[in-house]
Amino acid sequence: MVTQDKKINELWELIKEVPDPEIPVLTLTDLGIVREITMSDEKVEVTITPTYTGCPAMKVFEEDITAKLNESGYKQVSIKTSLSPAWSTDWMSEEGKEKLMKYGISPPMGSSDKSVLTGIVKNVPCPQCKSTKTELVSQFGSTPCKALYQCSDCKEPFDYFKCI
Amino acid sequence: MDNAIYNYALRMGDTCLILSHRLAERCSNGPFLEEDIAMTNISLDLLGGADLFLSLAAEVEGEGRSADDLAYRRNERQYYNHLLAERPNKNFAHVMMRQFLHDALLHPLYTGLKLSKNEHLAGIAEKGVKESAYHIRHSSMWIVRLGKGTDDSKEKLQDALDDLWTYTGEMFEYNDEEATLAKDGVIPSFEELKTTWLKTVKEVFNEAGLEVPKDKWMATGGRQGVHSEFLGHMIAEMQYLPRAYPDAKW
Ligand SMILES: [Zn+2]
Repeated sequence: MVTQDKKINELWELIKEVPDPEIPVLTLTDLGIVREITMSDEKVEVTITPTYTGCPAMKVFEEDITAKLNESGYKQVSIKTSLSPAWSTDWMSEEGKEKLMKYGISPPMGSSDKSVLTGIVKNVPCPQCKSTKTELVSQFGSTPCKALYQCSDCKEPFDYFKCI
Repeated sequence: MDNAIYNYALRMGDTCLILSHRLAERCSNGPFLEEDIAMTNISLDLLGGADLFLSLAAEVEGEGRSADDLAYRRNERQYYNHLLAERPNKNFAHVMMRQFLHDALLHPLYTGLKLSKNEHLAGIAEKGVKESAYHIRHSSMWIVRLGKGTDDSKEKLQDALDDLWTYTGEMFEYNDEEATLAKDGVIPSFEELKTTWLKTVKEVFNEAGLEVPKDKWMATGGRQGVHSEFLGHMIAEMQYLPRAYPDAKW
């Protein structure tokens, strides 16, 4: 059993190195989409939860995880998708949020439930000049997880990783 | 096989799929770039929902078919989408009106379905309710904006409402099978959904200065596989590739 736990830890460490195909500064564990890893005999099962139902990156997530584990000697890998509990930006790691900001994407603010009620999120900080005088341009951005904002001070348009 | 769940999953999956495709047809025709992106994002969310519902249908059926098989290997008479979803794209106001009438149903529907005794349906809804909140916020914003815009935008919007209203009755139709599902707490009650839906649309139309059409004859048939002349053409295009190259992988 001890060796089993050790292997699971090793698997988590390996998966930590897999980058998000669309936002490569984030890893899949920063995003919080990897929910569980189990192992029986030589079979590894990784449970992930989709960020957005139609997100085309989900297929790539699965392939990248499988490839990563395969090359580290785990040959029997299956990926299970779990819908409930639904993925929430609340699961994103603090480290992940910092990395996003540096990358030029404003990280999700506050808790997901609140933003659904109040609608438009205000005072989203500009990743360039850190001003909070910013405006929503569109609820929908270049990928399903982002909204488009513009900074009123430095005028830069930027992506905001929206809360869900 | 559980016929009731199978049929409900098809009804929902087909409606999401067909509306998703209609929005995808609008890609690159948005009034400006951000709106073009918004509509294709919503299209993608609906496609994701369709995939989940059709996967569930395929699983319940247990004949080894996949969601893709259901989407690409059925003919129009085997589609059970709401007629509203297949109405062709006209102008932007028309597209937004169709979207709003649908969103005003889908959001409360997912809210209710989250509590389903069927854990698959509850899981789909838990995911969908978050996404559909963005959709309804988006389309209702446009209804108010176009309604309070120019005479032209308001007229186009009112025309769209008058045209599409006929197709809203069917969204709340249910048969004995669905009545049982609702009674057993598997799906939300159509009566209650209708009340919520009416309240939402009346509120938004009121703010937009639109006139709610008087109750009139409502079109029906989608749920029996009887569609308008527009669905066949759309499906022909949608299914072309998988039908021409049945086992293609990419
Ligand atoms: Zn700035």
